Amino acid sequence: MSKRIDVEHLNVYYGDFLAVDDISMGIDARSVTAFIGPSGCGKSTFLRTLNRMHEVIPGARAEGKVLLDGEDLYGPGVDPVVVRSMIGMVFQRPNPFPTMSIRDNVLAGVKLNSQRISRSDADDLVERSLQGANLWNEVKDRLDKPGSGLSGGQQQRLCIARAIAVKPDVILMDEPCSALDPISTLAIEDLISELKEEYTVVIVTHNMQQASRVSDKTAFFNIAGTGKPGKLIEYGPTSEIFSNPHEKQTEDYVSGRFG
Amino acid sequence: MSTTVTTKKSAAGGKAGDSVFSGLSLGAGVLILAVLAAVALFLFMQALPTFQAPAEDVSGGEGFFAYIWPLVIGTVIAAVIALAIATPIGVLVALYISHYAPARIAKPVAYVIDLLAAIPSVIYGAWGTTVLASSLVPLYGWLAENFGFIPIFSGPASQTGKTILTAGVVLAIMILPIITAMSREIFVQTPKLHEEAALALGATRWEMIRMTVLPFARPGIISSVMLALGRALGETMAVALVLSSGPLTASLLQSGNQTIAAEIALNFPEAYGLRLSELIAAGLVLFLITLVVNMIARAIITRYKEFSGAN
Repeated sequence: MSKRIDVEHLNVYYGDFLAVDDISMGIDARSVTAFIGPSGCGKSTFLRTLNRMHEVIPGARAEGKVLLDGEDLYGPGVDPVVVRSMIGMVFQRPNPFPTMSIRDNVLAGVKLNSQRISRSDADDLVERSLQGANLWNEVKDRLDKPGSGLSGGQQQRLCIARAIAVKPDVILMDEPCSALDPISTLAIEDLISELKEEYTVVIVTHNMQQASRVSDKTAFFNIAGTGKPGKLIEYGPTSEIFSNPHEKQTEDYVSGRFG
Repeated sequence: MSTTVTTKKSAAGGKAGDSVFSGLSLGAGVLILAVLAAVALFLFMQALPTFQAPAEDVSGGEGFFAYIWPLVIGTVIAAVIALAIATPIGVLVALYISHYAPARIAKPVAYVIDLLAAIPSVIYGAWGTTVLASSLVPLYGWLAENFGFIPIFSGPASQTGKTILTAGVVLAIMILPIITAMSREIFVQTPKLHEEAALALGATRWEMIRMTVLPFARPGIISSVMLALGRALGETMAVALVLSSGPLTASLLQSGNQTIAAEIALNFPEAYGLRLSELIAAGLVLFLITLVVNMIARAIITRYKEFSGAN
């Protein structure tokens, strides 16, 4: 189910502009890894290269290797569509499909990847995925209602249910709580701690308390200035990054002296 | 102190300007409504003698209804043929421009399609009757031979190609830019967020379009088709030039059939008295049909706006 990721000398470009410079890191399976850093430091861009979603942006390209349990995602003949079905993603703003019911939202990815699914299998999968996203009890009586009728926090958990329904190896989260209120945020954070039992979770966050609460390892990214590429400054166990960082920049950032 | 004075002054000037401008725009709005009402009134007044005339005096000798309904059917047939051809092509072209073509190809293609709308209809008519009609003759012959058992393809096929099917094809080309331009605008507005949601689940580009773009754009496509239908129903010159008209026939491959607009254009110069009134009554019917079609299209657009505001 869950796999580790190894990144080797990854550079990301937007056209001629180098956005992320020479990143190498290993992300453990069944753990939560947080990316922190100031705005524009390339952490979201880097996250998107882990499932090749950056290719959606015209002109964006990556050089280097991203290995999923040893298999290069950028190898010749690797289809980005297959990569994305193995590595799920949750976005900054909740984005359930507005024209689909809650049930169909959960099944959306499954109907793409496997050809047919029997009614009872689909019912089981919907229940398991929604339970996995801590949403089942809130929506079990209205599975046929549109997903856009839920609250923001519920919509985000619906998106997580949709992502885990396709049984990915890794779940990427790009600031999943930045559009949510504190109570919904707490619900998502609890969920992240549960998800790491089964999945490799990578989360980008602007909220340092969140990183320290949910993650096992933390990576700090920074830029030297506007127009300069983003770099990985320090990567280590979360407790170490927050209490005893090796780099001056990291210490300044986590102690709130800049950023 | 001086600042207060200038503020007051400019506020007063703004107020006057405001009322002048609101008066002007109100006047313009009222003028349009007045023109519309005047047209409707003119049509009705001029058409009235036809409705009052004894049945045997109306063309065909069986009253206005018997005269007008074949024309209504002919008009609808031509428009339906045009829509059947233009809708799939228009939507596919719009999808190509919005989601498949690289930017440097998409822009010129969109521009060329828009240019189609700028070509005068008389030129479409001339082209349709001299080039398209004769080049479709072999196809019509083949259709009549192989599918003649279907009433709409029954032979003998026209040797000139000046049939209602040719007129429909010409109309299709004329309404293509309407469908393409409107659909494209709406396809482009599909929220990036939803497209990315589909792609991140492992959707191919076509699956992404089916999951997000088409459901989002469906009301817009429908209204673009309705507006195109309005244009096809009212188009005069192209049909008048292309179609070799005649009584209502089921076969699309034979000469025959007529549309209201072409009937009016071809007969109007020599009409007087009751005949003139008849043609104007036919115009009234066409006016009502296009009015209803456009109102339905507008209603769908309005509903769609409310829907899209929700997300």
